[in-house]
Amino acid sequence: MKEIVIISGKGGTGKTSLVAAFAGLAKRAVLCDADVDASDLHLILAPEIIRSTDFQGGRKAVIMNDLCTGCGTCRDMCRFSAISESYEVDPLQCEGCGVCVHFCPVKAIEFPIMTCGQWYESRTRMGPMIHARLGIAEENSGRLVSLVRKEAKELAGKTGRDLIITDGPPGVGCPVIASIGGASAVLVVTEPTVAGIHDMQRVVSLAGHFRVPVMVAINKHDLNLGQSAEIEDFCKESGLPVVGRIPFDPVFTMAMIHEKTVIEYDPDSPGALATREVWEALEGFQGN
Amino acid sequence: MIISIASGKGGTGKTTVATNLALSIEGDVQLLDCDVEEPNAHLFIKPAFDEKITVYTPVPVVDETKCNRCGACAEICQFKAIVVIAETVLTFEQLCHSCGGCMAVCPEKAITETGRELGIIEKGSAYGIELVHGKLRIGEAMAPPLIRKVREYTKPSGVTIIDAPPGTSCPVVTSMKGADFVVLVTEPTPFGLHDLMLAVGAVRILGIPFGLVINRADMGNQAVTDYARREKIEVLMEIPFDRHIAEAYSRGDLLIHAMPQWKEAFRGLYERIKKLT
Repeated sequence: MKEIVIISGKGGTGKTSLVAAFAGLAKRAVLCDADVDASDLHLILAPEIIRSTDFQGGRKAVIMNDLCTGCGTCRDMCRFSAISESYEVDPLQCEGCGVCVHFCPVKAIEFPIMTCGQWYESRTRMGPMIHARLGIAEENSGRLVSLVRKEAKELAGKTGRDLIITDGPPGVGCPVIASIGGASAVLVVTEPTVAGIHDMQRVVSLAGHFRVPVMVAINKHDLNLGQSAEIEDFCKESGLPVVGRIPFDPVFTMAMIHEKTVIEYDPDSPGALATREVWEALEGFQGN
Repeated sequence: MIISIASGKGGTGKTTVATNLALSIEGDVQLLDCDVEEPNAHLFIKPAFDEKITVYTPVPVVDETKCNRCGACAEICQFKAIVVIAETVLTFEQLCHSCGGCMAVCPEKAITETGRELGIIEKGSAYGIELVHGKLRIGEAMAPPLIRKVREYTKPSGVTIIDAPPGTSCPVVTSMKGADFVVLVTEPTPFGLHDLMLAVGAVRILGIPFGLVINRADMGNQAVTDYARREKIEVLMEIPFDRHIAEAYSRGDLLIHAMPQWKEAFRGLYERIKKLT
């Protein structure tokens, strides 16, 4: 079974629009939205949710004021400044480490498991999909990402599908690390801007760190041909295949507004044709 | 005054707003780039960095000669960062949240702390403003502790602009908490609107006054504007789609330098923010 994860470093380079288009071209894939923090793939694929499950994240400390003697031990020991002078825990600051719970001399601190999101198994017109929603301002996004990827793999096994297409989050931190570990390959979608190049280089080295093969697609390729050439040079030096050069094309925005993939909306547009070429290259890529 | 620039969706123009706003305000201005996973402000401000520090977070080291394998450390650790297997204690420092629980609970005082590198912080200045940014080490998962370190550079007076990371989870909350005002930058597309609604939820949890900047305002539909009207959220500024703006951005040129007429608009944005705080 293969899993291709689409990442970018920089946000807004077109990951989700491409994943939606690939979903339509792939036919027999399971789709996985690992951008649990600000997921958007469902806005195009309009999933019909079959099963919704709570995601239990970490625990949070809760001080029972009737038992608290105000001794100050918890405040002294908390390294996250999560406990106020009036002995209330700020859930946004609480790391869920349990140190206060353990050391409270009168056992006045409860430590409940928090539900911090949901994950879903859905049906879409492009095939089955696993996606999730992390609660607003919640943590543990990495664990939720690992969970949706695991569920996508199981679903692929159950339904006899041998490919998973995963929409990844921006950045290089915890949710991205959780998105790419063990993947067959990543597609890095970049754009010919100084920020796009800078961020691509960081996420490429992250993929190298975890030994995941990398392909690169340049979106809005013709926005700055000089910068696009720089991306090509970097990829050549680093031995990375450039599998697509997608022109700047308003068809992506139009397709999104009509809740369609770019292939569905206008299959003959330059954006759709270039997207199809990227997909053909991905299909032929061996990877891990 | 601290103004945090956030967005929900990535690539909507946070850095454009943060950098151009910072350079359009008179007086003592500082820009903190808290998008430590992918900091970009320096690509536009181009400062000469004159200070660079490496930031560490404490992680445990076990002195096997003192350890009696009682397992108290593994029991208190919520993050599976320390486990006792047969006759040895293993630490997984990349999983450690630096709470210090294992060290505090160890009856044999066998645990001390060393540092795991989170990344670096660089400080420099250009165009009369100070820029401080964090750069998360490649392979490091936890951005919030580095963001907190960047925020320690906040000057007590003057204006501090924070360029926040995308999303709505802990790194974003860490970048917005304690700000006097949040500018949410969005684009008028379904993705822009969806992620904006999540970002609005996060700002409202924090109880910080906020307003919108709509970027590429003429390239999409009316849904963001309608939402803002319904929710009584003020649209502070609109930036149209303009190939010149996109090309200047692609080269790393500031909008107010490529098209100086924008300086007045960013000054106006600041004046509006002052009135709303």
